[in-house]
Amino acid sequence: MSFVPGQPVTAVVQRIEIQKLRQGNNLILGFSIGGGIDQDPGQNPFSEDKTDKGIYVTRITPGGPADVAGLMMGDKIMQVNGWDMTMVTHDKARKRLTKKNEDVVRLLVTRKSLEEAVKHSMGTYHKQ
Amino acid sequence: MEKKTFKDAPGNIVFEHRKLSPDDNWGETTTAVTGTSELSISQEEVVGLGKEIQDRTQGFRRYLPLAVGSCVGLLVLATPLVFLLLPALMWPDRLQACGAACEGLFLSISFKLLILLVAVWALFLRPGRACLPRVCVYRAFLTTLTLLLTMSYWLFYGVRILDAQDEDYHGIVQFAVSLVDSQLFVHYLAVVLLELRQLQPCYSVCVIRSTDGETRHYNIGQLSIQRAALSILEYYYRDFPLHNPALLSASKHRAAKHLAGLKVYNGAVEFQALNNSSSRAMVTAAAKRKDTDYYMYVCVRLVVAVEEAFTHVRRMKKEDERATPSDIMDVREAALAIFPSMARALQKYLRTTRRQHCHSMESIQKHLAFCLVNNMSPKAFLEAYLAPGPTLQYGPERWMADQWTLVSEASVTSGIKEGTEFLLRCLDFNLAVTVKGIPYIRLTEEYIDPKSHKFLLLLQSETSV
Repeated sequence: MSFVPGQPVTAVVQRIEIQKLRQGNNLILGFSIGGGIDQDPGQNPFSEDKTDKGIYVTRITPGGPADVAGLMMGDKIMQVNGWDMTMVTHDKARKRLTKKNEDVVRLLVTRKSLEEAVKHSMGTYHKQ
Repeated sequence: MEKKTFKDAPGNIVFEHRKLSPDDNWGETTTAVTGTSELSISQEEVVGLGKEIQDRTQGFRRYLPLAVGSCVGLLVLATPLVFLLLPALMWPDRLQACGAACEGLFLSISFKLLILLVAVWALFLRPGRACLPRVCVYRAFLTTLTLLLTMSYWLFYGVRILDAQDEDYHGIVQFAVSLVDSQLFVHYLAVVLLELRQLQPCYSVCVIRSTDGETRHYNIGQLSIQRAALSILEYYYRDFPLHNPALLSASKHRAAKHLAGLKVYNGAVEFQALNNSSSRAMVTAAAKRKDTDYYMYVCVRLVVAVEEAFTHVRRMKKEDERATPSDIMDVREAALAIFPSMARALQKYLRTTRRQHCHSMESIQKHLAFCLVNNMSPKAFLEAYLAPGPTLQYGPERWMADQWTLVSEASVTSGIKEGTEFLLRCLDFNLAVTVKGIPYIRLTEEYIDPKSHKFLLLLQSETSV
């Protein structure tokens, strides 16, 4: 998941669709994010590369919409509804996720286990 | 082979030296008879001397350096004056008159002699503060150098001026001035060798008391072993808490009383291998708790008694002048009046901590009077008794300043080096001293531009969405 500046980023992603839940006057998604280009990447416990300034999922409310949709703690969010999240500030990321006129957010997330699963399946494929 | 012990006036430290050689032949280690050394005595006389030596050397050894110093000092001061007077007395008619320059030299000689007088008094003629086993090498060297200098000047004077009956008085005065100058330079050398050399610290010594393991570290400069021992003893009297033999014997007694395999050092408990562990451990723990509880109880009673006693007395103020005269007391009477109410509690406490022999009734009353005069709180009064203070705090009978023995493998006039070890023995405890050099420190510099102090704010926010 590390990136080389100037080169396109490639990653194995999973598409997750979360339905926002209405709680009073707010629409909530049921998870917390951390990271951003204005934050300290060294304190991110989930990133492999400690210079990665992407947006990571730091907490999931159990039973919330994100949990139901299959989001997991430690996931790196690559896109939200088509908008890129790899080079945004923390506040921008929050704004993109909490738009009041959207009921659904479609995320592209990546995690280490995805890459390994792909490698594993490709390996068995090659064996065949 | 035990050497003789010199008893001296209390307050002066007297050493004796015992060399640790395989054949401890005392007769071989006699020193040469110089002005300030101990006299060499044959082996047979030692035993007999040991008894009477205390009275005879009382004044003798202490004032010998002073006598030698005075004699040499007088010689040094009188010589230039004699150089100047003799031509005027012996051939006054043939002597050339003394011009202005020559009389200016008289002025110079007189002031230099005055300075030399004060300097010699300051360095050599002050009463010594200790009696060391061997003569100080540097003092002997300086005395010899001074005498050599004076003798060679006398020789020159006798041959070239007295015999030839020189008429140039100006030259004679200049000769005398040069002698005074040389003596001032020798004195400068003395200041450097005797005073300045030991000021710069270059060794770190570790001093350990043998009975209870009290350890202290000091930095000292380049000294001979005996002078280093003297400095260390002065630090000992300032820093080490009073040696209390009663504490050690009491703890041994208590351990023997309870059970074997348990050692108590000053209240700390150290377990050794126990056979019947569980029951013994319980008994020991119970005994220790009982001791601690009793100690706390005695402490609390003491604090309460002292505080109550202090409330009974108050400093007299202006409005009390009309009080009855029988109520007004001076500080000694006030101390005597409130002392009985706390005496019992204090005595019980001192007996529990085995320090009752360190403090006499008079010393306690004196301390109480001192605290009352200086408006001290009860806690300030008690501090002197709660912990053992330095040895000097107690009476002269505890100092044992004349009982010290320096035990060393190297000669005590040799300088201390890295790895030197020696022992200072008092009656029932030792001070083991080891010397280590202070490391050579290499200090490098790094310049920091004051404008280069810039900071970034590192955030790690977590937002829930």
